[in-house]
Amino acid sequence: MSTECHIFQARPSALRRREGLVFFCFRAATYFVLLCGALIFGTIVFKGAGSVFQVRAPFLNTTFLTEAPESLHVFEFHGQKMELGDGDYRVFQARHPDVARVKSESYIYSAGGIFPCIVGTVLLVLGSMAIALILGVSAAIYLNEYARDGRFIRFVRLAILNLAGVPSIVFGLFGFGMFVIFFGWNVSLLAGWFTLAFMVLPVVITASEESLKAVPRGFREGSLALGATKWQTIRKNVLPYALPGILTSSILGIARVAGETAPIMFTAAYVVRDKLPWQVDKFSEFFFQGVMALPYHIYVVSSKIPQNEYTERVQYGTAFVFLLIVALIATASIVLRSRLRNRYQW
Amino acid sequence: MVTSAPSLMETRPSASVRHPTVAAPATGAAVAPAGATLVDIDQLDFFYGALQALHGVTLGIENRKVTAFIGPSGCGKSTLLRCLNRMNDLIDGARVAKGMIKIRGIDIHRPDVDVIELRKRVGMVFQKSNPFPKSIHENITYGLKLQGQTNKARLDEVVETSLRGAALWDEVKDRLHTSGLGLSGGQQQRLCIARALAVEPEVILMDEPCSALDPVATAKIEELIQELRTRFTIVIVTHNMQQAARVSDKTAFFYLGKLIEYADTRTIFMNPAHAQTEAYVSGRFG
Ligand SMILES: Nc1ncnc2c1ncn2[C@@H]1O[C@H](COP(=O)(O)OP(=O)(O)OP(=O)(O)O)[C@@H](O)[C@H]1O
Ligand SMILES: [Mg+2]
Repeated sequence: MSTECHIFQARPSALRRREGLVFFCFRAATYFVLLCGALIFGTIVFKGAGSVFQVRAPFLNTTFLTEAPESLHVFEFHGQKMELGDGDYRVFQARHPDVARVKSESYIYSAGGIFPCIVGTVLLVLGSMAIALILGVSAAIYLNEYARDGRFIRFVRLAILNLAGVPSIVFGLFGFGMFVIFFGWNVSLLAGWFTLAFMVLPVVITASEESLKAVPRGFREGSLALGATKWQTIRKNVLPYALPGILTSSILGIARVAGETAPIMFTAAYVVRDKLPWQVDKFSEFFFQGVMALPYHIYVVSSKIPQNEYTERVQYGTAFVFLLIVALIATASIVLRSRLRNRYQW
Repeated sequence: MVTSAPSLMETRPSASVRHPTVAAPATGAAVAPAGATLVDIDQLDFFYGALQALHGVTLGIENRKVTAFIGPSGCGKSTLLRCLNRMNDLIDGARVAKGMIKIRGIDIHRPDVDVIELRKRVGMVFQKSNPFPKSIHENITYGLKLQGQTNKARLDEVVETSLRGAALWDEVKDRLHTSGLGLSGGQQQRLCIARALAVEPEVILMDEPCSALDPVATAKIEELIQELRTRFTIVIVTHNMQQAARVSDKTAFFYLGKLIEYADTRTIFMNPAHAQTEAYVSGRFG
């Protein structure tokens, strides 16, 4: 090696060492976050996938996905360990009357499936996102396109920002007081929809406003100069371009709406409900029924009932299904968004 | 003011569908002879909040002529141009404090004037070309569809006449359904002109339409203006003296919000009455 020194010769210095240290810290922080994420997802997938998938055809545990929760009965029968859900247990009892004498342990919610919870969560997400998008986009259009900047509008913006910082349990209590009691909607889909919608409204409004702002002024002026009214301009030449951005924000909203337990525990969620949401006598009853929901079910099975190896399956299985559903809805929105974006590129 | 026959600019309760043809611009344009005053600006004072941008501007824009606005940056050319189709209404705090603008004898700030009708008749082409992120076809038909025109054959016809009018037809006829943003800068600007032609304005306002274009594209637009001048009244803002000299019939020179001189283009460039005009057009300031 040549020992020759040139003008760009690298030398060890305090500056370099400090730079190395700082970068190491940043990298370590990033890896730590990654590790935590991997641990959480890994645990849920590892422990939950077993409840959803199976090795035998059809590879999907259809019972878990399509049936309602049942109690699990565990007992010894002729030296064989049996695990049966409520329904099967009764059939089994009828066939073998001597079972009645066998001591059987029963574990609540540990058999059957979580179909009503899936249905409930999907309904809650769809309804509340629809309400949040309609209200939020309308408000954003008003704030960004119509309202003149003044003290009142600044106050409204501040209020929206503050709303974003309100804990979800407060939204839950608000929904309980407002919709469940004052409006008399009882514990119902409708009350849950509005409570959840109000919770994500700040996110939707803020993001919609940003997306509207990102649409170049030239599009508005060009449209107005052709004799369009303001509303025609917004509908035809502003909103379509802002929509991909608005959808992006609502994807985050979806995950939040689907996952929050606190806002629905007083307003929409039932611990258990035999009827499925569409099993109603009148159409109007549809909106005024409570539903089971995935996050609330997770909460119930992991803190409201005695814990054991049998409940664990349901807990992780439910969490896993929950992640799958959120991923599914988010993917759908992402696909929709990129479709729109390809259509309107500037 | 005597209200005689209802003017075309008046607020109408219901949206009416016009079936315009690009070849024959708006009704009545034929009645007013070329050279008669179409736009009458009288003692106009204009403010942006507390800032006065125009001071007592008086100017008559002639029918089916090209009028150029020249002057150093910030002298109020764009402001005056945007007054003519009331685009300044969009700006908070912008107002006409004194004076009036009459188009065919109608004060455009009269309360019974519908700004929508005004803008249909006074089209605008912007400095920064702004084709919408839609197909070329949709760009052109945008204005007509707003007016409720849905007849497909009619729309196709307008697309062709407008594009031909803007000297763009041959270049884009095979890709009418691709995005207008896929065109070159000069083509985009001509697309914007075609879009303005499609709603058949009487007046076309152009705010530095060539400032972002190369010389070849600029020459094309200038050529286009020469063709359009027989059918439309054109007002063009430009920083390019040669351009003003080449394309315009009349030239107005502005300085610090005041109209310094307004005369035939030839007079302004060859024999200006004011020393400031002479200094500006000969490139000694501004
Ligand atoms: N939206 C606005 N708000 C406040 N002031 C404005 C606004 N637009 C223009 N002005 C001011 O009004 C005056 C005239 O501006 P205008 O844009 O009409 O100038 P211009 O002659 O078109 O200049 P340029 O040649 O640079 O385009 C300037 O002093 C400008 O700062
Ligand atoms: Mg300007």
